Amino acid sequence: MTAYIIRRLILAVVVLLITSVIVFLAMRLLPGDPILLKMTSSEMRGTSPEQIEFLRHQFGLDKPLFLQYFDWVGGAVRGDLGVSILYQDDVWNQVKQSLPPTAHIGGLAEFFGFIIGVPLGIVCAVRRGKWLDTIITVLANLGITVPVFWLGILLMYTFALELRWLPAFGYTSPVDDFWASTRQLIMPVFCLAVFPVAAVMRQTRSSMLEVMRQDYIRTAWSKGLRERMVVMKHALKNGLIPVLTFVGLGITNIIGGLVLIETVFNIPGTGRLMVFSILNQDYPITQGITLIIAIVVVVVNLIIDISYGWLDPRIRYN
Amino acid sequence: MAKEIVAGMDIPGVPPRVNELRRFVRVFTSRRVVLFGMVVIVLFLLTAAFAPWLAPYDPYEQHLDQSLDLPSRTHLLGTDTLGRDTLSRVIFGSRYSLMVGVIALGIAAAVGMVLGLVAGYFGGWAQAAIMRLMDSLMAFPMILLAMIVAGMLGPGLRNVMVALGIALVPGYARMMCGQALSVKENDYILAEHSIGASHIRIMLNHIFPNCLPPLIVMITMMMGTTMLAEAGLSFLGIGIEIPNAAWGGMIAEGYKYVIDAPVLSIAPGAALMLVVFSFNMVGDGLRDALDPRLRGTI
Repeated sequence: MTAYIIRRLILAVVVLLITSVIVFLAMRLLPGDPILLKMTSSEMRGTSPEQIEFLRHQFGLDKPLFLQYFDWVGGAVRGDLGVSILYQDDVWNQVKQSLPPTAHIGGLAEFFGFIIGVPLGIVCAVRRGKWLDTIITVLANLGITVPVFWLGILLMYTFALELRWLPAFGYTSPVDDFWASTRQLIMPVFCLAVFPVAAVMRQTRSSMLEVMRQDYIRTAWSKGLRERMVVMKHALKNGLIPVLTFVGLGITNIIGGLVLIETVFNIPGTGRLMVFSILNQDYPITQGITLIIAIVVVVVNLIIDISYGWLDPRIRYN
Repeated sequence: MAKEIVAGMDIPGVPPRVNELRRFVRVFTSRRVVLFGMVVIVLFLLTAAFAPWLAPYDPYEQHLDQSLDLPSRTHLLGTDTLGRDTLSRVIFGSRYSLMVGVIALGIAAAVGMVLGLVAGYFGGWAQAAIMRLMDSLMAFPMILLAMIVAGMLGPGLRNVMVALGIALVPGYARMMCGQALSVKENDYILAEHSIGASHIRIMLNHIFPNCLPPLIVMITMMMGTTMLAEAGLSFLGIGIEIPNAAWGGMIAEGYKYVIDAPVLSIAPGAALMLVVFSFNMVGDGLRDALDPRLRGTI
């Protein structure tokens, strides 16, 4: 097991390093000069070529590319992600402010994805082919199809603008006003949770069906055990292992969805900051957020891989 | 390869011979929802092909005196803020979705399959280098990767297709690599090596065709995902630019007037969802029908 964990750790570090190179190169090989962009964004028009050279030197842009990379990664390791062109502020500062709403909404969506998706999947597998299974499966197929931002607009129109049950947009910290916060969160979290619920349900259903065909389940039945015992005690343990993969898949999907949902519901989160920075070509912020997302995804996948190896010994020796 | 059922072949332990094509058709058409998906896809293709003849109006023709008209007999889905006919715009929007889906997937599948094939066939360093790169790209959510590339290249139809194409490469490479790894262990590949066949020939003539079934399923499934991603990018303003009638951009446009005319957002979104759902269902059907575990069964 130790060897397996070490192997996975090394792999994660390699992936992160390649990721950082990709992020760095993507931003550096862009058409467009960050200094000139800075010039036009701030009120420093009419700067002389010497001053531009000086700034270039100050930002280290006259160094060879690989030295620039090491500067950037070195800074990133210490939490220094550079300075935003648009806000003239530390990138990490900007990102830090945007993280709480994003983590809050995304975390809740992931949580509900599993809390609702797994039981639905089990019910469908046990009642395979019955009307309940058919209905839930059709709904799940619709759930992985619906454009999340479109669903957001529909919900907003129905529940906020027409029925006036919920606030249309915004975000309040639950620490400040828990009730207002929850009311604002219902629609965005619902939209984001639809995909994980549907995907987890489908995966649980098919892996439970797979397990229920195994010999040891037939043995359990033939011992005369009750259905609850067979399903919950014998089948579920192995049936849930493949569902673990969906923790990682869910995270990437929710992050992708957050970008859209934060735009629809006007939530001041990381996703909207990302869209804003891309639209305004604020490369340091785009770069910083991309790196943070990659780290989150890689770390989550590392944890999943390790728990996978722990739960299913066959994986370790592969 | 047509196989016929021969009388007396059902010896215990020997799988009965069946016509593979006939089995494929039977399994594929056995679920009604798959057939429904097939019908929708055919209608979608026809709509995209014959949009100028099907649309009642020019999708770009403005009538400012008919701004935000409600659905009526003359405009079945109403009009947008510039008085353009929504139904006509939805009909023309199918062309963008189809074009982005086909071209972006074409780029992704071509590049991804070649990379995956090389990685899986040669193994060792080639595999390590290619697959670690792909793993790294997969650390970004697909739409984010496309956003970054599209943001770098600037909005526009061509850039969206390139961005989505790049973002989708890792999935194909990974799938192809896994397939190639298992297919190359077969004895017929060993036989090819022993008669001195070249690597290229083995890869293209023998490994590639045997890797295809799961990739066909994946391409079908990804068609919907790609269209969704394009709509998402267009919605954020990083995709196909307005005034072009693309579904994602239309949803975003309609969002601004959602109180007065919700149909502006609802109609293109419903069309998108219907098409994506159909591609997913047909993909499901293909997966069942191409399932190798079913091979040889009646």
